[in-house]
Amino acid sequence: MQFLQLVISGISQGCIYGLIALGFVLIYKATETVSFAQGELMMLGAFCGLATMTLMGFPFWLAVLSAIAAMAVFGVVLERLVIRPILGQPAFSIVMLTIGIGYVARGLITMIPGIGTETHTLPVPYKDQIWKLGTLVLNVEQMAVIGTTAVLCALLFAMFRYSKLGIAMQASSQNQLAAYYMGIPVKRLNGLVWGLAAAVAAVAGLLLAPITFVHANMGFIGLKAFPAAVVGGFGSLPGAIVGGLIIGIVESLSGFYLPDGFKDTAAYIVVLVMLMVKPNGLFGEKLRKKV
Amino acid sequence: MRFIFKTDYGQDLNLAKHTGHLFWYGALLLLLVAAPWLFAEYWLAQLTFILIYSIVGLGLMLLAGFTGQFSIGHAAFLGVGAYTQAVFTNMGVPFPIALLLAGLLSAAVGVVVGLPALRVKGIYLGIATLSFGFIVEEVLARWESVTGGNAGIHVKHPNIFGWKVDSGEEFYFVCLAVAVLATLGILNLLRSPTGRAFVAIRDSEISAQSMGIHLARYKTLSFALSAALAGLGGALYAHKLQFISPDQFNILQSIDLLLMVVIGGLGSVHGAFLGAIFLISAPQLINLGKGFLPDAIGQAPGLQAVVYGAVLISFVLFEPLGLYGRWLKVRTWFQLFPFYRKGLFKRQKSFQKSDRLK
Repeated sequence: MQFLQLVISGISQGCIYGLIALGFVLIYKATETVSFAQGELMMLGAFCGLATMTLMGFPFWLAVLSAIAAMAVFGVVLERLVIRPILGQPAFSIVMLTIGIGYVARGLITMIPGIGTETHTLPVPYKDQIWKLGTLVLNVEQMAVIGTTAVLCALLFAMFRYSKLGIAMQASSQNQLAAYYMGIPVKRLNGLVWGLAAAVAAVAGLLLAPITFVHANMGFIGLKAFPAAVVGGFGSLPGAIVGGLIIGIVESLSGFYLPDGFKDTAAYIVVLVMLMVKPNGLFGEKLRKKV
Repeated sequence: MRFIFKTDYGQDLNLAKHTGHLFWYGALLLLLVAAPWLFAEYWLAQLTFILIYSIVGLGLMLLAGFTGQFSIGHAAFLGVGAYTQAVFTNMGVPFPIALLLAGLLSAAVGVVVGLPALRVKGIYLGIATLSFGFIVEEVLARWESVTGGNAGIHVKHPNIFGWKVDSGEEFYFVCLAVAVLATLGILNLLRSPTGRAFVAIRDSEISAQSMGIHLARYKTLSFALSAALAGLGGALYAHKLQFISPDQFNILQSIDLLLMVVIGGLGSVHGAFLGAIFLISAPQLINLGKGFLPDAIGQAPGLQAVVYGAVLISFVLFEPLGLYGRWLKVRTWFQLFPFYRKGLFKRQKSFQKSDRLK
């Protein structure tokens, strides 16, 4: 029973990693750039939710939707202002750029007087509720994470499979130049992808907030989502979620069965082993470069 | 404008391209040697930190700027060096031997980290080094019998075969000597076949390989050298602070180191020094600037992060060659006056080079 309990809490933690990793993968697939600001976008999303719920006093669902929408707009604007001007520069510059964005976001949040340096609880209706299933004790917060992730994945899958926009995004992620020749507005799509990634990050933030707290440094969890993305294969959307789940479960089990210190490094040990054994990840495409 | 007429092949290899170089770098060296008599103790300590960070920066510059492999866990090498130095010095090993051991051990660790670099590149390598950084930090915190765990460890003063280096001035000279040697070493390396091979790998792995460069060997070598320099820097860092703990070598330190080489200017030896000057002087400048800002902004805890981030963003956007690139532009403007054209340093736009080309 205890094992199952650990696995469930691992899954819910893994869903968070998976959602953040989903953001990396979306951006990586579309623009071949890696965003190190994804964790900070998640943090901003959580603060947005906090603002809409407590400061503006919106009802729960309206608050959630407006926070996600606000972050989506933020993502699009961010891409337009900062990322687009250096498109086509080496990947390293963009990595540094997103690290810079992360610094600024974290700094600006801590600068808000009275709010930035404190930790907050997000007032969600399902706070501290518990379901009992036989001897299994299920935390509703964790169930909400798992359920929402499943729904979100289904939505994203449907979007990429059936909608015109999703198919255009797939095309442009496979070959930008060819997509451009086919009349797909690649630049605008890149903007939308950033918006989508920011919205997914906001969802992750809103889901994580009731479990931990809302504070300026919660974005560091994004660093654990990198291993998730790599384990799943950096270019694969289902891979991100699966990778997240693997990392989450391994972390949860090693925290219980292995000595102290393994919980925090489990994710990184898994990813190093993965890079040695199968550098392209579980679902990664086999890449070869031709001259 | 100076025109150099080359009449001898040796001129291509000389470190000093013309007498101006000799004069100015000689003057700089004189100034640095005279620094203990010119500056107050506080500023001398800052100068020591700049030298230490430049040594680490040279290592990272070799790896990121000249070999094109970027590491997001460089603080791990710094930590390995620092702890090796601390442990050996406290055991009574003389300073030069401990320093050598710190460098060698870091290099060995660098080889281990370099191994994934043979199979993965780009972002995967970044994540491998990031993961490695976290693991080293955790090991430093948990291996309490050697490292003292999270409580940290005190480092004795260096002892160079009987000469006790216990004042700031004396230690400054030690750092200066190591920094000068490291710089000369890197400059020599870069004009040697090995250095050229590094640059070739940076510019195109495939072309380098077809020219007969053994990718695996040179990438590992680059990691080892870079880690060794970081280890040396770490060893000096440990002596300077006299107290080290694992949280000094965390991810933020790694990012600071990256920030240093990017702001200094990737791909230039000067960049390592300019970046170190930025990294050490920025907090001071921010402190100075605080007085002029309204309290709500000036006293806010996140100010430094915002400034660092904003500086980083603006450098990547507007001056990808960093501080050194800016200096080149200013110098060219004066040399060519009044013929400087706007497009002289224009960045080449390229189509996105996809790693996924099949």
